[in-house]
Amino acid sequence: MFTINNDRSKFPELDDAGNALIDLTSHKYLKLWQGPQHPGVTGNMSLELTVTGDEIVESKTHVGYLHRGFEKLMERRTFIQCFPTCIRLCVAEPDPNEYLLSSCVEELAGIEVPETAQWLRMLALEMARLQVLLRQVPGQAGTFALGLGYQWGNYIRDLILDRFEELTGGRVYHMYILPGGVRGLLPNGFKNRLEENLKLVDEFLPNVWDLIYTNSVFKKRAKGLAVIPKEWIDQYGIYGPAARAAGIMRDVRKTHPYLFYSEIDFEPFTTDESDVFARSLVRWHDLKMTVDIIRQILAKMPEKGDIKAPTPNVMHWKIPKGETYVKCESSRGEYGMYLVTDGSDKPRRVNLKGPSYTHATSVLEKLLVNANIADTAAIMVSLATCPPEIER
Amino acid sequence: MKQLVEIIQNHFPINDIDLRKKSLAFISIHQNQAIPLLEWLKTTHGYTAFVLLTAVDWIEENRFQLTYLISNPENFTELGVRVFIDREKAEMVSAHHLWKSIWVYQRELKEMFGINFPDSPRVNESFILEGWDTIPPYRRDFDTKQYSEETYFPRPGRSTNDPAKHMKSKLYPKD
Repeated sequence: MFTINNDRSKFPELDDAGNALIDLTSHKYLKLWQGPQHPGVTGNMSLELTVTGDEIVESKTHVGYLHRGFEKLMERRTFIQCFPTCIRLCVAEPDPNEYLLSSCVEELAGIEVPETAQWLRMLALEMARLQVLLRQVPGQAGTFALGLGYQWGNYIRDLILDRFEELTGGRVYHMYILPGGVRGLLPNGFKNRLEENLKLVDEFLPNVWDLIYTNSVFKKRAKGLAVIPKEWIDQYGIYGPAARAAGIMRDVRKTHPYLFYSEIDFEPFTTDESDVFARSLVRWHDLKMTVDIIRQILAKMPEKGDIKAPTPNVMHWKIPKGETYVKCESSRGEYGMYLVTDGSDKPRRVNLKGPSYTHATSVLEKLLVNANIADTAAIMVSLATCPPEIER
Repeated sequence: MKQLVEIIQNHFPINDIDLRKKSLAFISIHQNQAIPLLEWLKTTHGYTAFVLLTAVDWIEENRFQLTYLISNPENFTELGVRVFIDREKAEMVSAHHLWKSIWVYQRELKEMFGINFPDSPRVNESFILEGWDTIPPYRRDFDTKQYSEETYFPRPGRSTNDPAKHMKSKLYPKD
């Protein structure tokens, strides 16, 4: 059973500043690097682990393996030129980036987005969540070497990417959401084809449940592992499924309803166990809920209507001086963007805030102390860490 | 938010108030008053959640803007506290005693903007960059293009081949 305790008798001594004094020549400790290229690391980052036996006594997160300075690059681009850059901030789920940048620009420029476009934005965001969760849910079992579910999820995800291709022209990066609205209406027959894909997810859900959550190895290893105390949620800035697994309702769609989420009937799942198993369980319920939300959107959204509000020539568009913070709920939790403008045609400052910024650094470093080396990947994946959110 | 801002005004000298939307406002305060204000908001007004800390370089005014965005999880409101610091003496009191994750932001700001937060944990450790020996890259006067050209191009050992000629030489070396 994994517990956090303050007994440091077998751990390195700390100096006055709280830094561990690790004497590698004592042969008591060993430095072990997990990543930057490692199947048990989400993306390109590395963990500098200090271990004694197979137990971790100290962990430091190192990023910088894919730094592309997106926030800086955007300061030299017009607002419309920022879109191809900002979507690449997260490969797995790029749509929240385009939604946030559009919303920030619209808010500062005083643009009202048409109703149909808002429903289409919701659909794109939920489809993005669906394709991420199709990998994340079985991916958690993959960290314990149970890889079969991941292959099933990937197959259905590919079909969802087909729908994205049909809707936007792109499979991974879409640039469907732009300032003022979206780029197009649903193609003919799109709803039926998406519904066929959703039926496959309906079949996938009980299968993946049987495969993972009734599996004795998964239960034995994931239950009680890396428990996040409730009081950490605000102290560390823990969001989304990780917070809901600790019994704290954190879902921007509920707490700050944006677009038309207030017209959708849904209740995010919460539990109290707060371990790796609970976080995975929350994501399974999220997947189920996402299918339901997409069906509600398809049933409630207008068939026709304006999809884009008029905007000035985007190549010469100057946004009034101001600043704002807009957020939405990504599959990993609250995802926000802080935009500062100075009245020119380029952003003065763009700052992206993703949950991984805290999850992969201060939270992960804390959770890994006392853990077994073999559980490192499981703990990391349970926090859904995404390195591009840290080195933007 | 308007009510909260009025309460703050009774206790702290704030200015530049921007009631951005129903659940979001921005205020500015003097550098020396910022940390006491954040502590007061956290302990007495439920702003227990820290959202982000970032900087904006107003190079033409020779100052940095630090924005602390904090949130109240009870009423779901957010407050941005702006602090302006001298660009020549880029230093701010650390707030790591208030939130356990803020040291990561401070460490990044030290590296990317050169803003120091004395006593903040691991503030002098490299965060993303290693061996960086020029001005911090997120300052406005750092020219990314010039830096790339000076640092990376031309790379020795690289040459450009005309694809048609190259393939011909490979396939028909005797011609």
